[in-house]
Amino acid sequence: MSDNGKLTVPGAPTGHALRDAIAAKQRTAEEITRDALSAIERLEPQLRAYITMLPDRAIAKARDVDRRIARGEQVGSLAGIPTAVKDIFCVRDAVTTAGSKILERFVAPYSATVVEKLDAADAIIVGKTNMDEFAMGSSCENSAFFPTHNPWDTTRVPGGSSGGSASTVGSGAVALALGTDTGGSIREPASFCNIVGVKPTYGRVSRYGMIAFASSLDQAGPMTTDVRDAADLLEAIAGWDPMDSTSVDVPVPRYADALRTDLSSVRLGIVREFEESIAGDAAMAQLYKAAYADLAALGATFVDVSLPHAKYGLATYYLIAPAECSSNLARYDGVRYGLRKNGSGDVFSMFEQTRAAGFGPEVKRRIILGTYALCSGYYDAYYVRAQKVRTLMKQDFDAAFAACDAIACPAVSCPPFPLGAKSQDPVAMYLMDYFTIPMSLAGIPALSVPAGYVNDLPVGLQICAPIFEEARMLGIAHAYEQATQHARRRTPAAAATA
Amino acid sequence: MADVPIDIAYTARLARIALTEEESTRFAAQFERLFGFIRELQALDVDRVSPTAQVVPLANVLRDDEEKPCLSQEAALANAPEREGPYFKAPRILE
Repeated sequence: MSDNGKLTVPGAPTGHALRDAIAAKQRTAEEITRDALSAIERLEPQLRAYITMLPDRAIAKARDVDRRIARGEQVGSLAGIPTAVKDIFCVRDAVTTAGSKILERFVAPYSATVVEKLDAADAIIVGKTNMDEFAMGSSCENSAFFPTHNPWDTTRVPGGSSGGSASTVGSGAVALALGTDTGGSIREPASFCNIVGVKPTYGRVSRYGMIAFASSLDQAGPMTTDVRDAADLLEAIAGWDPMDSTSVDVPVPRYADALRTDLSSVRLGIVREFEESIAGDAAMAQLYKAAYADLAALGATFVDVSLPHAKYGLATYYLIAPAECSSNLARYDGVRYGLRKNGSGDVFSMFEQTRAAGFGPEVKRRIILGTYALCSGYYDAYYVRAQKVRTLMKQDFDAAFAACDAIACPAVSCPPFPLGAKSQDPVAMYLMDYFTIPMSLAGIPALSVPAGYVNDLPVGLQICAPIFEEARMLGIAHAYEQATQHARRRTPAAAATA
Repeated sequence: MADVPIDIAYTARLARIALTEEESTRFAAQFERLFGFIRELQALDVDRVSPTAQVVPLANVLRDDEEKPCLSQEAALANAPEREGPYFKAPRILE
């Protein structure tokens, strides 16, 4: 089922095309890196995708790759590919902010495991991307520094929380980026910026050195130009890590070998509750109907499945994630690192003033909600009850996957919305994750792949699979992507500045 | 359960965040809407359901107790807002 055909998307070179050009000695890693850095520089005034650029680190790494290639040495699987990293991952000696004022001057003393893996694979890390503060948000507008813009329409949001990563990949400036997904923070921005975004199974990728938001949900994953790049990047970052006790020691397959070009004998589940929900928007419903028809044309058969507890996803998530966040963010106390405000001199005043000045409104809101959910007297009524509903949600998916190989469903309820449209209404923003939260709570892998356009704005199709079945999920997405080629259109931002 | 269950001032104190009056008022209105969703969970019968803390089955993850390299004292102190010699410095805690 492997497809060796090379697809070059105009204006947005894929990582594998760049790697092949370097291997064939048509181009050097340094040339490609300089191209990426200048494309970013050209686009930054419009997109503002990066908090910190790392040009010196990038050029030094590219020269090292070129030297080793010239000497005939073996290089890594991502050799010479410009890669952006969400600013939630520690990169040693680089400022790592998580989009927060409280970490504005924090210089990471060590690198995240995934960053070490990118370095070992010879990827070229070009910079740290903007994000909603501590990954809490769905539009990138909760960044403490500035909002990022969507390359398809710069008056619109790129999605969030991994908005900077989505925007820079969507613009064609870099082929690969790392994001993190807690309730949809890779998949929703991938949908908004017309790229591929993969949330792996919880435990598939190490969380060591990734600034914690909700520890039972957070997972790092690829955000890329195409599915093949996602497969290669996932293979490079996946695997058991002794530094993360929730990472799982299961073999990492060669995901590129699983990329299919047809879907014969694939049974896809269509979720009744999700279809009823999306039916309220005629244009969105029509887009997903067309996507399912394309999947059918590739040979897939469909099974009607039900996720009866999906409607409780939002409530469950907004108890569990804030509870975990309130606990994780207790470490920002102004003592060991980060901002300090001294207040009136005593230690409690220092804590309260430091956290008042360092955290933005969404982070404060979630810490208070989470503190409440964990309070003695309410713990059983809220937190434990939410954990029980999580069990029901997992059982829903178990039952669904007994009848199908994978699920195809909407990734989002709408195309990218204008900046400011939802920023004053947190509940409207929370509802953006309606289609992505259930998979996060169940821990299963899920991705978004470009599925077409509504009003000329990109929309993604979500594919989900049982735990540790990323290969199956990527295979299906690849067949769909190769048959439809929805991502081939160029972004207006890239076209205007080319 | 009350309609606006959160005592925001008390919870903010527990969370060690000084909130302005304006923030407290705004959060109260926003929590009220969010609790509209959260209350739906109360309708579910979960008496016989066991909670899921983490979805991938792992238990008793241990490692050998051996010495490994760690951050140097200087590296660990490099981001300290205030230090005194080899220590993090904080306001007095015990009177």
